[in-house]
Amino acid sequence: MKELSYVRTEMLPEQAPPPGQTGVVRWIRENLFSGWLNSILTLAAIAAVYFALKAIIPWAFDSTWNANSLSECRETAPGACWAVIHERWPQLLFGFYPNGNDGHPDQRWRIVVAFILLIVAVAPVLFDKLPRKMIWFSAVYPFVGFWLLWGGTIWGPLMVLAGFVLAYFTYRIVAAIGGNLLGVIVAILVPVIWWLFLAGPITGVLNGIANIGLPDVPSSKFGGLALSVTIGVAGIALSFPLGVLLALGRQSNLFIIKTLSVGYIEFIRGVPLITLLFVASVLLNYFMPPGTSFDIILRVVIMVTLFAAAYMAEVIRGGLAALPRGQYEAADALGLDYWKANRLVIMPQALKISIPGIVGTFIGLFKDTTLVSIIGLMDPLALTNAIRADQDWNGIVWELYLFVAFLFWIFTFSMSRYSMYLEHKLHTGH
Amino acid sequence: MAMADQEAKQSFRLSMLIYDSRYRAMTIQVVALILFIIGAGWLVNNAAQNLAALGKPLSFGFLSQPAGYDINQRLIEYTSQSTHGRAAIVGLLNTLLVATVGCILATILGVTIGVLRLSKNWLVARLMTVYIETFRNVPVLLWIVFTMAIFIEVFPAPREFKGADPSATMKLWDSVALTNRGVFIPKPVFESGSGIVGIVFLLSLVGIWFFRRWARAKQEATGVILPTFWISLGIFFIPAIATQIILGNPISLEYPVLKGFNFKGGLHLRNSFLSLTAALVIYTSAFIAEAVRSGIMAISKGQTEAAAALGLRYNRIMSLVILPQAMRVIIPPLISQYLNLTKNSSLAIAVGYMDITGTLMGITLNQTGREMETVLLTMLIYLTISLIISTAMNVYNNSIALKER
Repeated sequence: MKELSYVRTEMLPEQAPPPGQTGVVRWIRENLFSGWLNSILTLAAIAAVYFALKAIIPWAFDSTWNANSLSECRETAPGACWAVIHERWPQLLFGFYPNGNDGHPDQRWRIVVAFILLIVAVAPVLFDKLPRKMIWFSAVYPFVGFWLLWGGTIWGPLMVLAGFVLAYFTYRIVAAIGGNLLGVIVAILVPVIWWLFLAGPITGVLNGIANIGLPDVPSSKFGGLALSVTIGVAGIALSFPLGVLLALGRQSNLFIIKTLSVGYIEFIRGVPLITLLFVASVLLNYFMPPGTSFDIILRVVIMVTLFAAAYMAEVIRGGLAALPRGQYEAADALGLDYWKANRLVIMPQALKISIPGIVGTFIGLFKDTTLVSIIGLMDPLALTNAIRADQDWNGIVWELYLFVAFLFWIFTFSMSRYSMYLEHKLHTGH
Repeated sequence: MAMADQEAKQSFRLSMLIYDSRYRAMTIQVVALILFIIGAGWLVNNAAQNLAALGKPLSFGFLSQPAGYDINQRLIEYTSQSTHGRAAIVGLLNTLLVATVGCILATILGVTIGVLRLSKNWLVARLMTVYIETFRNVPVLLWIVFTMAIFIEVFPAPREFKGADPSATMKLWDSVALTNRGVFIPKPVFESGSGIVGIVFLLSLVGIWFFRRWARAKQEATGVILPTFWISLGIFFIPAIATQIILGNPISLEYPVLKGFNFKGGLHLRNSFLSLTAALVIYTSAFIAEAVRSGIMAISKGQTEAAAALGLRYNRIMSLVILPQAMRVIIPPLISQYLNLTKNSSLAIAVGYMDITGTLMGITLNQTGREMETVLLTMLIYLTISLIISTAMNVYNNSIALKER
């Protein structure tokens, strides 16, 4: 007898999901119209985007890039007058740096070279896959960059650099003979003596022998994005070590050191940068011995550094506080002294935790460089006013502001993306 | 112990100041203190010498001299005959006005954007990301001059409101005029009896507080949940409006009217104030939004799931479980954003808003030539404001902080 069976022996073929549950339709349903509130939000967002684009796109594209004045622009196109950017972008980037118009040779290549070398110098700090030897160039870069930007004889920066080399070798020799502390003291004293008393005359002598140098460019010629980047990079490079020291000081259990650090940090964080820039522009000379006066860009860099260092210190302190106590104790148990423990155990971890904050401070510092326009330096924002003061471009607003905003945005946005990359890379995960 | 001390005393050598960790801490601190005192003394000495050489020793006498300049926006009585000190106070009040309005608006906008950025709605979340990345990554000073340009360039001049067929009209049923000389809005006029309305309003605020306490106690005792929000809303509006109607409208509105070439009456919000506030609000709200987002994301998903397992509805999960925990993460960055906004308000000088930077560190400095005093005084005032804000917010933060063991 043949056995009857109603049981299927093979699986039915898989059916396609209903049309509402696949592909684009499903995605739109889930992401844009999942409920009545969501639908309203989506429609509102679409409307907002539509109206914004409707206003901006015709203006931005129905425009002209070639004109000599605003009125000429208005005749050719109803929209934006990008011609002002076309004509003035060198000024917005380089300020009043000698451009060859006044009979002297064009010097702007120096800014370009300095910027390219800056990228080369910063690269090994940012990406650890690059050869480690490149870090030597990073160490020398401040002197190269200074010489390229301000010009003058090459011997000046070289003599300053020689002071640091001198300090290093003095430390090596004296520390080997007389111990660590003596080494440090002598290594501080020797270069100071060198810079104060010997570097000047030797520079003069070397100048007499071989006068290698670039034409001087005074600080008053600096401007545009070059000025912002100069102040920003100098401030970032200087404020970081100062911030680390302040953070250590604030976490220290030495009462006086701690009080001084806390007082400094809270004072700086309590006042706006603009007041400090006023100090730089009108007060700093009062605090120096009578008769001294030094460069305005240097003064601004000092103030910006002091300002950013306090914020940096707070960010790094957050990282230090987030470390488990066991890390400190383990470093002590290994017999490491204070500096070694910090350098090898504490700081690498604390800095890793505080990367977002550190980069955030850098970004803030770079954006804050626009404030120098208030004390009369020609940063891109101040230059927009200068350009508008020209009769040809009187009354032009949006194009200039958008261009300047775009310049800053490129820098700050790439910094914040780099911070994300770094966080991702250093995330060891548990 | 005594033995050890004696031994230490006997064998004390000078080198132990450096090599013995018991003494080294003291040595370092003393050296640091001496260096600090020498450095500070050097700076002060230089300043004293320089000031003496210029013939203007440190003195705050100029504060009681007549200022001789006008301030267009003032919250207290001020004429050009008033003193520099009073000008500084007018400026200080203007700073506080911008800071207060800015902080409130920035919080509302920032929280909204932060929450929307976490929305499941793809389009809205992306738009909010664009908002945050745009406003956060461009200097605030640029936003300030940019909004100022919008107010001046986009809005019509008052004369365009004139004539039988004007090219510009007032908004919101003829109550608000947006012009390039500022925004004119209706001004409340307080007549006799308005005090009673005010008192009733304050009493209803107290009433709300008591009601909420009672409702909470009742819920804890019996489990009955009252519609607290709607009842509070009722107490907030109904008594005050009822009194207003019964007393025959003691508080009325004065509308701005076009007279001659400008609007008269109403409240004149100046471009400088509006653009500064708007710029600070959009800039700071981008940062607050990020703080809110990271605060909410810091709460583990398990909390939401556990609350859902308890049978709570979505809005109750948010208000009872997620937000109280997220607040602890959000408050500290929020404090520093409030401080930043207050300090950034000093950029008012770029659009001519007369805050403390514009009066004391601006015109007063230029007129009296007393750089040292004005700048130091301005710093001191900002420092005081910052310390007050951070103290107040820290007290609040401690009150909601996690109580551990």
